[in-house]
Amino acid sequence: MGNHISLLLVVIPLIAAPIVAVLPRGGRLPWLTTLIITFICAFLASSQLWMVLNDGVISYELGGWAPPWGIEYRIDAVNAFVALIVAAIAAITLPYALLSAEKEIPQHQIPLFYSAFLLCLTGLLGITQTGDLFNVFVFLEISSLSSYALISLGRNRQALTSAYQYLIMGTIGATFFLIGVGLIYSQTGTLNMQDLAKLLPQLSQLKTVHTGFAFIMIGIALKLAMYPLHLWLPNAYTYAPSVVTVFLAATATKVAIYIMLRVLFTIFPDDFLLATPTYDIFILSGMAAIIFASIYAIYQSNIKKLLAYSSVAQIGYIALGIGFASSKGVTAALIHLFNHALMKAALFMAVGAIIYRIGSCNMKNIDGLGKQMPWTFGAIVIAGLSLIGVPGTAGFISKWYLVTAALEQQAWISVVVILFGSLLAVIYIGKIIEALYFKPVTDSNQSAQEAPLLLLVPLWVLVCANIYFGLDTSLTVGVAEKAADVLGVVDIGIMNK
Amino acid sequence: MKRNPILRIVAKFLIPLIILFALYVQFHGDFGPGGGFQAGVIFSAALILYALVFGLDAAEKIIPPHILRLLASAGVVLYASVGVIPLFLGANYLDYSVLGSTQIKGQHLGILLVELGVGMTVTAVMLIIFFAFAGRGRP
Repeated sequence: MGNHISLLLVVIPLIAAPIVAVLPRGGRLPWLTTLIITFICAFLASSQLWMVLNDGVISYELGGWAPPWGIEYRIDAVNAFVALIVAAIAAITLPYALLSAEKEIPQHQIPLFYSAFLLCLTGLLGITQTGDLFNVFVFLEISSLSSYALISLGRNRQALTSAYQYLIMGTIGATFFLIGVGLIYSQTGTLNMQDLAKLLPQLSQLKTVHTGFAFIMIGIALKLAMYPLHLWLPNAYTYAPSVVTVFLAATATKVAIYIMLRVLFTIFPDDFLLATPTYDIFILSGMAAIIFASIYAIYQSNIKKLLAYSSVAQIGYIALGIGFASSKGVTAALIHLFNHALMKAALFMAVGAIIYRIGSCNMKNIDGLGKQMPWTFGAIVIAGLSLIGVPGTAGFISKWYLVTAALEQQAWISVVVILFGSLLAVIYIGKIIEALYFKPVTDSNQSAQEAPLLLLVPLWVLVCANIYFGLDTSLTVGVAEKAADVLGVVDIGIMNK
Repeated sequence: MKRNPILRIVAKFLIPLIILFALYVQFHGDFGPGGGFQAGVIFSAALILYALVFGLDAAEKIIPPHILRLLASAGVVLYASVGVIPLFLGANYLDYSVLGSTQIKGQHLGILLVELGVGMTVTAVMLIIFFAFAGRGRP
C-alpha cells in the first residue's frame, strides 16, 4: 500500500466524517473514533514525509488517469512537511478536545462537531496533497465550509456573526481564487501544476495571465489573513470554541501559505514575478502586519483576541520571509510556519484551559490565576517566550533565520521591524503574565483549580516541542531547506531588481 | 390546506409522477443529461410538495428526521467508499474499470453507485434544510 499513502491521508477522514455524524449522541464514541482517525493520519503523514525524503517525489494518479488530464497527487518535501504539521496538530488537539468540547459545545451537537472537524482535516490535508490547481479550490471549499460551521458552534452568540463574517470574506477569497484559476485555464488549457509550470513561461506576457495571477493572489491572501485582508480573523478566532481555535490557528492559515508558496514558486516563472510588484507587496504587507497587528494586540482585553491579532502579526513575519525572494527567506518562512503552529497551538490551549476553569478569558477576570493554575501558567510563559523569540525556544530559530535572510538582502528596515515586533510581543505577552501572576487573586478566582490532566498533557507536549525544536533544529531546518530547494526558489533578492 | 380538495387531489396525482421522473433522471444520468444531484432535488421536491399540502407532521411520518440524517451520511460514505474498492483490487483510487468484467462495465457500475450516493445525500439534505426552516417556531 506504500504509494497509496498520499491518497489514504485524504480518504480516511473523508469516509470517517459522515460515519461520526450519525454515531449516538451523549457517549464518547464520536470523540474516540475521531481520535483514532487523527492518529492514523498523523502516522501516515510522518511516514509519507519519511518516504519523500528518502525516495523523492511521490506521484499518484487518481482513477488511473494520467496527468495532466487526470488529477494527480504530487508529494514533495514541501507538501509532506505541511501535511505533517496539519496531521500532527490534529492528533495533539484531539485528546484535548474531549473535555474542552464537552464544556463549550451543546451535547447534541458533539457528533456533528467531530464530523465537521474531520471534514476540515480532509480539506486541509487534501490541499497539501493535490497537484491540481482546481482540486485545490475544491478542498479549500471543503475545509472552509466546515470551519465556518466549527466557528459558529461557539457559546457566545457573537460566534454566529463572526462565522458569517468569515463566510463572506472566505467565499470572496475562494471565488477570486476560482476566477484566477479559470483565467489561467483559458490560456493554458491545463490545471496540473507541473504542466502549468511548463506552459506559463511562454505566455507570461499575456494580460489574461496577469489578471489571473492577481485574482489568485488576492484570493489566497484573504484566506491566509495577510494584512490588510485579515479582518475576519480576530473575531473568528475569538468566538470559536477553544478546540477549534487551537486547530484552525495552527493549521488553516498555514495551509493557505502553502498554496501561496506553490503558486509563487512552482507555477509562475521567476521573471514573471519580477515584472510584477509581488515581492514588494509581500514585504510592505509583512512589515505593516508586524507593527500594526502587534499594536492592536497590546490593546485587547480579551486574551483570545490578543492572540488572534498576534497571529496576524506572525503571518506578517512569514510574508516578509517570502518577500525576500531568496532561498534563505523562504526557508525562514517555512520554519516559522512550523514553529508558529507549535507556539500558537500551545497558547490557545492554555487559554482554553483557563476558559475551562473560570468560563472566561477576559483580562479582568484572570487576576492571580497563575498561582491557582501553575502548570497552565508555566505553559503560557514558555510558549509566550517562544512567541517573543527568546533563545532556547522554537521562536528564536524562526527569528534568527528571518533576520539572517534580511541581513543577506541588506534589508535594514526589515531587520528593525522584525526586532521591533519582538519588543511589541514582549509587551502583550507581558500583559497576560502580569494579570495572571502579579495581580492579587480575586475572590471569585480563589476556588479555581489546576486544569484537568487531559488538558494539561497535550498542552505540555506542545510546550516541550517548543523547547525541543528550539534546541534541535535538524528536522525543521533540514526539511525547510530541502523544501525551499524543491520549490526552486532562485535567489533574486529585492536589492538586485 | 385540508379543505382544498383540488389541491390535495392534484398533489396526490402529481407526487408519484414527480418521483418517477426523479428515478428516471437518476438512472438515466449515465446515458444522458441528469444524474444524482438533479434526481435528488426532484425527489425531494416531491416530498416537499407533500409537506406543503398535507403538513409537516404528515411528511415527518413518511421520512423521520433521524432517517434523513442516516441517509445523508450513508450517501457520502457510499460515494467515498466505492472509490476505495479498486484499492483492494490492485488499482488506484476511483479507478472503476476494475469493478466489472470489462472496462466499460466497471466504469458504468462505478458511476451508477456514485450517483446513487449523490442522489441519497442530496435528497436527504434538501429535506433537512426544508424541515429546519419550515419547523422554526414549532414546539
